[in-house]
Amino acid sequence: MTDGLTCAELVELVTDYLEDALDPATRQRFVEHLALCRGCEDYLDQVRATITAAGRVTPADLDPVPRDRLLGVFRDWAGDGPKV
Amino acid sequence: MDAAPSGLAADTATVTALAARDEAAFARLVDHWASAMFRVARCHVSTDASAEEVVQDTWLAVLRGLDRFEGRSSLRTWVFRILVNTAKTRGVRERRTVPMSALAPAEDGPTVDPDRFRAADDAYPGGWKAFPAPWPSPDQGVLGRDARTAVVDAIRELPDRQRAVVTLRDVHGFGADEVCTMLDLSPGNQRVLLHRGRAAVRARLERHFGATARWGATP
Repeated sequence: MTDGLTCAELVELVTDYLEDALDPATRQRFVEHLALCRGCEDYLDQVRATITAAGRVTPADLDPVPRDRLLGVFRDWAGDGPKV
Repeated sequence: MDAAPSGLAADTATVTALAARDEAAFARLVDHWASAMFRVARCHVSTDASAEEVVQDTWLAVLRGLDRFEGRSSLRTWVFRILVNTAKTRGVRERRTVPMSALAPAEDGPTVDPDRFRAADDAYPGGWKAFPAPWPSPDQGVLGRDARTAVVDAIRELPDRQRAVVTLRDVHGFGADEVCTMLDLSPGNQRVLLHRGRAAVRARLERHFGATARWGATP
C-alpha cells in the first residue's frame, strides 16, 4: 500500500473530507483507509460527535448578549418618529 | 442552536412586525443573532467593548433602514452585511487595517499529538499506537451537560480566528461561504481554522471522557 494514507495523515484531512474539499484521488485513499482502520473510523466519528456537541451549545454561553441594552436601542427607536 | 424562522415569507413578516414596533419580534432576532454578531464584529475591531458597540450600531441601522430591505437576500444575510460594514469601518478607524486574511496562519503543525502514532522506523509508520478510546453513547456523552461545558470551555480558549470560525460554523450553523465573506477568509484558510479548532475541541472532549471513565470506572 505505497500510496495509502497513514493514520497520522488521515486525521489531518478529516475536515477537508467533511467539507467535501478533497480531490477525487485523495478522497478515494481516505475512504479506503477508513474502511480498513477502526481507529480512524472512531476518530472521524468523534469529530462528527464534536460538531454535534457544538451545535447543542447555547450561543449566549460563549458570547453573552447585552439583551437589555439592545432592547433599549429598540425602545429608543420605536418611540422616535413615524413608523417606517 | 434553534434555527431562526427562515424564508422570504418569514423575513417579510418579521420586517413588518419590526416596522410595527413589535418588541417581541425584535427580542427574538436578538436572541438568535446577537451573539454571532458579536463574534463576527470581534474579528474586525480591537476590543470587546468596541464589538459590542458595533452590534448596537448595527441594530439601530437595521431598524432605521427597514424600508430598504427588499428580500433579495435573507434578512439574516442583510443584517450581517450591515454588521460587517459597520465593523470594518470601525476597524479602520481603530487603525486595525490589516484584514485577518492578510495575516499568515499562526497555527501550524499536527492537530493530534504525534506521539500517538508509530515512528518512521516502525513496521506501520504513522499508524495509531493505540486507537482512540471509544466515547460513551451520545446521551451519556457529547449530549450531556458536562460535555457541553467542556465544549464551551474549549471553544473559549481557542485562538481568536479559530474561535470565530468554530462558533459561526458549528454553534450557529453558518455556511462556509458566509463565514469566508464575513471574516475575509479564503476558503482554504477557513477550513484550516475550522480543522484546528474542531481538533482542539475533540481533544478536550477526549480528555473529559477519559476522566469520566476513570472516575466512573466499573469492572
